[in-house]
Amino acid sequence: MSEKQALLSVEGVETYYGNIRALSGVTVHADPGEIVALIGANGAGKSTLMMTIFGMPRARTGRVIFDGKDITQLPTHEIARLRIAQSPEGRRIFPRMTVQENLQMGASLDKLEYFDEDSRMVFDLFPRLKERINQRGGTLSGGEQQMLAIGRALMARPRLLLLDEPSLGLAPLIIKHIFEAIKELNKTTGLTVFLVEQNAFGALKLADRGYVMVNGIVTMSGSSAELLANPEVRAAYLEGGRH
Amino acid sequence: MADVQKIEPDSVFAKAVKEGLLAGALAFGLFFLIVGFRTDQNIRNELVLNQRWGLLAIFVLVAGIGRFLLTAYITPWSEARSKNKRAAVEKEQSAFRKSFPKIGLGLLLIYPFLVILILWAYNGSIMGGLQGSLKYVDNFGIQILIYVMLAWGLNIVVGLAGLLDLGYVAFYAVGAYSYALLSTHFGLSFWLLLPMAGIFAALWGIMLGFPVLRLRGDYLAIVTLAFGEIIRLVLINWTVVTKGTFGISGIAKATLFGIPFTPGPTGFAALLGLPNSGVYYKIFLYYLILLLALLTAWVTIRLRRMPIGRAWEALREDEIACRSLGINTTTTKLTAFATGAMFGGFAGSFFAARQGFVSPESFVFLESAIILAIVVLGGMGSLVGIAIAAAVMIGGTELLRELEFLKRIFGPDFTPELYRMLLFGLAMIVVMVWKPRGFVGNREPSAFLHKRKMVSSEFTKEGHG
Repeated sequence: MSEKQALLSVEGVETYYGNIRALSGVTVHADPGEIVALIGANGAGKSTLMMTIFGMPRARTGRVIFDGKDITQLPTHEIARLRIAQSPEGRRIFPRMTVQENLQMGASLDKLEYFDEDSRMVFDLFPRLKERINQRGGTLSGGEQQMLAIGRALMARPRLLLLDEPSLGLAPLIIKHIFEAIKELNKTTGLTVFLVEQNAFGALKLADRGYVMVNGIVTMSGSSAELLANPEVRAAYLEGGRH
Repeated sequence: MADVQKIEPDSVFAKAVKEGLLAGALAFGLFFLIVGFRTDQNIRNELVLNQRWGLLAIFVLVAGIGRFLLTAYITPWSEARSKNKRAAVEKEQSAFRKSFPKIGLGLLLIYPFLVILILWAYNGSIMGGLQGSLKYVDNFGIQILIYVMLAWGLNIVVGLAGLLDLGYVAFYAVGAYSYALLSTHFGLSFWLLLPMAGIFAALWGIMLGFPVLRLRGDYLAIVTLAFGEIIRLVLINWTVVTKGTFGISGIAKATLFGIPFTPGPTGFAALLGLPNSGVYYKIFLYYLILLLALLTAWVTIRLRRMPIGRAWEALREDEIACRSLGINTTTTKLTAFATGAMFGGFAGSFFAARQGFVSPESFVFLESAIILAIVVLGGMGSLVGIAIAAAVMIGGTELLRELEFLKRIFGPDFTPELYRMLLFGLAMIVVMVWKPRGFVGNREPSAFLHKRKMVSSEFTKEGHG
């Protein structure tokens, strides 16, 4: 761990689905203002780690610490109230509600106090959402839904943003746009981003640091440049893989 | 529609004739033995074979002509219609549809007087108008409005929060028995007990809510179904308090600011110098239930624009997403159960005051099923759609009681009452085929910018959007 206090630190977390162990002692951290990428293949436990941070399911052993506070046993909605927001796996936008209402749901922590201001920021980032403001979430394209999921998370004024596979199933151009938006957000507001990706190349180019996860264990970690240059990582996730 | 028929009108017609004949022949083959003959016992206890060619002919003709009409007219018409609809998805709503709630509300407000006026003109005397209107105000007006209110109350739980509740009638029962017991034992007035019945029902709603917090969908449905039955069985078996299946009779009527609706000198009619009639009480009850139903609608509309209402809808859409946005799903579910139950309780105490008698018979599972069917038929979440569905379903079953003219067609042995449930079920199937998302399948956004634009239900998959 670096000398300054980490915003999020996950210490030796083990998570089970019934009797099946999905995470076997995972330790990762994210410092304030960092973009951290967690890469790994399907079923490595990346999404499970994301959900464990949110207490769905809870870690059986180990601790999750956010801003010096142990949140391992907190209920999910209280974790969210500490200003951790996520764009979950599968986006999970509200399909029958309009874009506007989806964003309102994101802003419900502050009872819509900063809604106008924050929604303007989201629309600057994703102008497509503004065009579709009165359209139902379920009628948006995949890329637009992803933008909406990220936008909804941003409406909560997060200190830590968890993104689960924002590039999943999207066209390369849209992925590029979304990654650029994340980068810009990180630069302008200093938002800490914890990113889970299968798209290793894109994620590591975006992130400051990265972790590689295999079968519920973190096998490698380092700066993005190191990981991108690492022959093992190149063989497993980059060469012949997606770009 | 025109262009479809213009292309090949002859071939469609010929096809229809062919299919009609085929359907007729099929029906003849099917029903020849089943309907054409009937064995009866004669006086000497012998079986005799009766021939019923007339009835068989009716069956065959209905099948043949029905199939012909379906192929020749209805199918092309509905195809053209859906084609037009797809072309005009973003078309503005028609003026009638926009102002429908207002027109409907206006009609509801003048309904009793309209009925009296029409019957007055028809019978030629004011008394004839008053007494004749009893049936229409009571059986149709009040009966339908009770179900509108119950369905609107259940709509909060099922339509907004997406929690499938098959035991809603339990809250109706709690409200009815609260009023019945507290009024007969302690002589408390209707206006005091109305809110109390609502509070009791809401408490029961929370009690039901706690154990089912983790359940969704089918499992939730089973537990709520059981809850409804438990309440009914308690009412039957706790004879010391509820008098069991005998029920509680002689429940006090509601009063208008302390003025009772009795024939005596202090009664409503005498005070206003009107001729004596039971109809004033019915009209009073009509406006009372209209007011209660409108209160339900108003609260629903208000809540939908408030954080809690939005949270209900978000909960229906995606519970996990809700939680990760910082919404406490426990309290959200409990408030949905409590609010829905409260309106069920209001309706229950009204029911007790109207009937003057309650027994567990009135709170069977069929009632829950009918209320749920109204919510589903109306299009979950849509107040107008639900009101239409209640009018069609309850008004329809009431109308079916009066199909005496069918006896003239099918002979004196025909009892239309027996076919009530059959027609009822048939009508439900037809509606679900014709409008799978209910009468009003569109969800109107609670917040919008610039202009109202509803997204057609066609865009969203059934069971999803």
